[in-house]
Amino acid sequence: MDADRAFEAERVVRVANDADVVAAREAARALAVEVGFRGTDLVLIATAISELARNILVYARTGEVRLSVVTSAHRRGVRVVAADEGPGIADIELAMQDGYTSGRGLGVGLPGARRLMDDFEIDSGPGRGTRVTVVKWLGRNA
Amino acid sequence: MSVPILKDGGFLLAAVQAALSDAAWLGFREDLAETLGRTRARGVVIDVSVLDVLDSFATRMLRAIAQISRLRGAETVIVGIQPEVAFAMVQLGLSLNGIQTALDLEEGLAVLRRRLLERADGR
Repeated sequence: MDADRAFEAERVVRVANDADVVAAREAARALAVEVGFRGTDLVLIATAISELARNILVYARTGEVRLSVVTSAHRRGVRVVAADEGPGIADIELAMQDGYTSGRGLGVGLPGARRLMDDFEIDSGPGRGTRVTVVKWLGRNA
Repeated sequence: MSVPILKDGGFLLAAVQAALSDAAWLGFREDLAETLGRTRARGVVIDVSVLDVLDSFATRMLRAIAQISRLRGAETVIVGIQPEVAFAMVQLGLSLNGIQTALDLEEGLAVLRRRLLERADGR
């Protein structure tokens, strides 16, 4: 899905403890402010990244959140990749269901993050980690 | 970052001052349970108006605090959830079902007083 898009320099937040969850969402929010997001969108982005970063911590223990500005033909946005080398997800369809959890959360992380953002992509499988890519486009809800 | 807990009459007031890590939420939950036991307060108002994110973990902590308080005979009211935060919570699929909320501190205290009167009346 990224073929026609240009990315500006990435910022990387390592996620290895609970303070990093706060750092990741604050970094995402700061980048979103620079891109021009305001108000509700900032809260939606920060909340989504909080869920994705916590998923890393809970399921993989360590990983990273990579933030970048994405530009396509007529629009700009914030792109966030939450990547880990944890156990991976065997059944992605199941993991995307509201209320499903393998035991340690409320089961809202992935489906919730998808609703909070505009684009959502997940790449995962047993033994090869998890990579969730989300994008929020500027002006879409304005 | 710990959350200061003040006693005011028969109530406890806890105003979250800044974004909390998960560990800080857990610490707050414990401090509040301990303070409830020590002070025998009948109600708790938690002000979250400075928070720009209430994610699934924070929501779970608020629910746990309300449940623990109720088991100890105290009512909890969460006040100051910002409109954008409420919107994000709904999008995320989170709710504070069964937990009292109010607009601000003043209204939260009014809710507590009303609840205690109702309890005294046996309603």
